[in-house]
Amino acid sequence: MGLGLLSNTAVLLGKELRAEFRSRELLTTTVIFILMVMVLFSFTFDPSSSESRRFGGGLLWLAFLFAASLMLQPCFLREQTNDTLSALRLSVSDPFAILLAKLAANTLFLLVTELLMLPVFAVLYNVPVFPVFGQLLLVFFLGSLGVSVAGTALSAISAQARMRELLLPLLLLPLLTPVLVASTQVTAGLLDVQPFVQWKGVGFLAVFDLVFLTALWLFGEYLLEE
Amino acid sequence: MTPTDPAGIRFTHIEKRYGGLFALRRVSLEIAAGECVALAGRNGSGKTSLLRIAAQLVRPSAGEVRFTRANGQSFDGARPRIGYVAHATMVYDELTAEENLLLFARLQGSATPAALAERLLREVGLLERRASLVRTFSRGMRQRVAIARALLQQPQILLLDEPGTGLDAEGLLWLAGTLRELRDAGCTLLMSLHGESEISALATRGVRLDAGSLVADTRDGADLRSIFALAGA
Repeated sequence: MGLGLLSNTAVLLGKELRAEFRSRELLTTTVIFILMVMVLFSFTFDPSSSESRRFGGGLLWLAFLFAASLMLQPCFLREQTNDTLSALRLSVSDPFAILLAKLAANTLFLLVTELLMLPVFAVLYNVPVFPVFGQLLLVFFLGSLGVSVAGTALSAISAQARMRELLLPLLLLPLLTPVLVASTQVTAGLLDVQPFVQWKGVGFLAVFDLVFLTALWLFGEYLLEE
Repeated sequence: MTPTDPAGIRFTHIEKRYGGLFALRRVSLEIAAGECVALAGRNGSGKTSLLRIAAQLVRPSAGEVRFTRANGQSFDGARPRIGYVAHATMVYDELTAEENLLLFARLQGSATPAALAERLLREVGLLERRASLVRTFSRGMRQRVAIARALLQQPQILLLDEPGTGLDAEGLLWLAGTLRELRDAGCTLLMSLHGESEISALATRGVRLDAGSLVADTRDGADLRSIFALAGA
């Protein structure tokens, strides 16, 4: 990876952050959505029981998944409004920079949403999360990166297709099943009365991220072509 | 605005199919470095496809595009600097005019992006509105930002798809003046146009596409006026 790629990625990430903090379109939508899911489910669980600990991991990742699909949908669609993707392709030295910046922005936005929702989850479901905050952060990062790598690639593909709103979730959900299962299991272990880290799950997430990131690097250029 | 190394384009047997539809049929066209070529044709005749293939945004279904130096030799490996003004503005509505130019200048590796953006904003007459979001601009003002973006990297080849879109009479005169300067400085211009105007008057050559085929070229004896008249454009 050359300096051109890194500097292009940094410039594009800055643009993504500036645009989002100006509109707050993605963060507002996803935070409200996850908040709604948390509040609604809190009525169906007995917060004082061990049920919260058992179902907490699954609930968190289900909410994060739907939030991610909301976040990923406009990722490349916004570039089509004024054909800005073509302008980017003409300007960057390596087209992978476009994907890398989108991927970094999606991971960051998803992680921010997750971290904002963690205290809400802890309060509503009466689960202490702060003793395992560091480990949760690691799982959230690896899981979010996996969701974002696959999601960014599929968002680029679906943006150029007909029925794009339907196509992204259709492709995304099966592909993300392994990441979601691993993330849920590791999170459930951390929320247990005797918290523990399932290193096998953590390893699986790291490998998934690495494999998909490499595939994105190798074939990403073709995803951006018309 | 002076390109240091003028570049030409050589299209050889270019075909572009979208499913069963032919947008271009075996188009061969050689544009020498420094030429100013007007591309005429009805809607759907393949002008935009040819420009997007020249910009390397679209891969042709068959045939090849090569970039040539002033002496006729091909560029080896490296690609010339290409500016492209499309139908769409290719700038971000949610950024200001200055932020847009800074973004693309930085991506292109400009050493002095701020100075470059300021100079171009002054040239296109938008310096006073530099801090305004592009979404607040009129179509003509957006087109000026689009043209400024295309000029950022001092293009050796400038591709323009109906560049007069949205510009008022004063804007058209400004654009014609800018393109004249570029042409005189050796920049190769390939511009899709609908009908004769101040801009078409700059052309040193005209070609006409019809249903994806190249059907007339002033180099082969057709006169520039007939290129537009026959095109029905």
